[in-house]
Amino acid sequence: MPALTPRDVPAREGGRAADVLVVVPAWNEAAALPATLAEIRAGVPDADVVVVDDGSTDGTARAARDAGATVLELPFNLGVGGAVRAGYRYALRRGYAVAVQVDADGQHDPADVPRLVAALDSADVVVGARFADRRDFETSRTRRSAMVVLAAVVSRIAGTRLTDTTSGFKAVGPRALAFYAANFPAEYLGDTVEALVIGARAGLVVTQVPVQMRPRRAGAPSQRPWRAGLYLGRAVVALVMALVRRRVPAGEVAFP
Amino acid sequence: MSPQVLYVVGAVVALALIVEMVRRRTLREKYAVLWTAVGVVVLVVGLAPGLLTAAADLLGVEVPANLLFFVASLTLLLVSVQQSAELGRLEERTRTLAERCAELGAEVRRLQDDAPGADDRRRRGTDPGP
Repeated sequence: MPALTPRDVPAREGGRAADVLVVVPAWNEAAALPATLAEIRAGVPDADVVVVDDGSTDGTARAARDAGATVLELPFNLGVGGAVRAGYRYALRRGYAVAVQVDADGQHDPADVPRLVAALDSADVVVGARFADRRDFETSRTRRSAMVVLAAVVSRIAGTRLTDTTSGFKAVGPRALAFYAANFPAEYLGDTVEALVIGARAGLVVTQVPVQMRPRRAGAPSQRPWRAGLYLGRAVVALVMALVRRRVPAGEVAFP
Repeated sequence: MSPQVLYVVGAVVALALIVEMVRRRTLREKYAVLWTAVGVVVLVVGLAPGLLTAAADLLGVEVPANLLFFVASLTLLLVSVQQSAELGRLEERTRTLAERCAELGAEVRRLQDDAPGADDRRRRGTDPGP
């Protein structure tokens, strides 16, 4: 199949009502999802919303549909990277110009989405960076220092100052959308660190916008403090892999 | 018993297993070719041990068996690396299929919802659903 760019995919009747698609990857988030979706609708009334149900077993898809969202139901768990790429591919096929990833658990405030999208005027990828106000965001010190080191390295590669490279709160413009629909990593941490690195190396312009983090609405946090060491190790692996891999220039991508 | 008998028996058992697996269609052709080649090499070494000794002399390996071990480990290493690559490719394809499947599922649902009479069917509880 030839390369698909947003230009080649015209907006279809009944398919696309907006330019912005909010992609919500959700794995067993039935409890938190309805409130998050309501907030997204309130925060960005002009955007369409697609929930990517990443092989949940708790009725996440039903909860999302009952709340009026379009649902992409993955037949099994692919991890955040897989879920997000599915969302990006859907966005590209439907001709959306912009996709914004918002977590289902309510950690990201949808009211920040317009600021992220506005920043796309001068960038291809906008990261909603936490730690703008550290008081309300609890992480272990080890983990935080790991994140600081990661941020420093990725900032260097991206040629811009990034303080939070593991944030899942991101907006991508047309160029980045086409690139990531073909090249979004599926590995652990691939959706954050590696995605930024391969994007930057492909020539995408990355920038950040400070956002507030909120406590999770329901469910258990997926990261525990004692895992900080393991986390750092895997982050380094993700980083090295991203650097070793052959560079794919943005604009020369095709996806099946 | 000479070790050559062991080689020959091992190679014959391996070759028989490969042939049977191909017959039962559990082994694809490309892997069958590879493993048959490995089996034949072992069989030849078992039948003509002089070949191994000659090869060891030629390469300056003092103990012929060491050459055998070296070649065997290298072969297995390369094969498993190739299989890891194949596995990765398959995972990527599975992932792509899963994504496409989800996309099409959403499309089907949208078309069902847009189709005339969809509301009636839902009210009567006869909507087949996804």
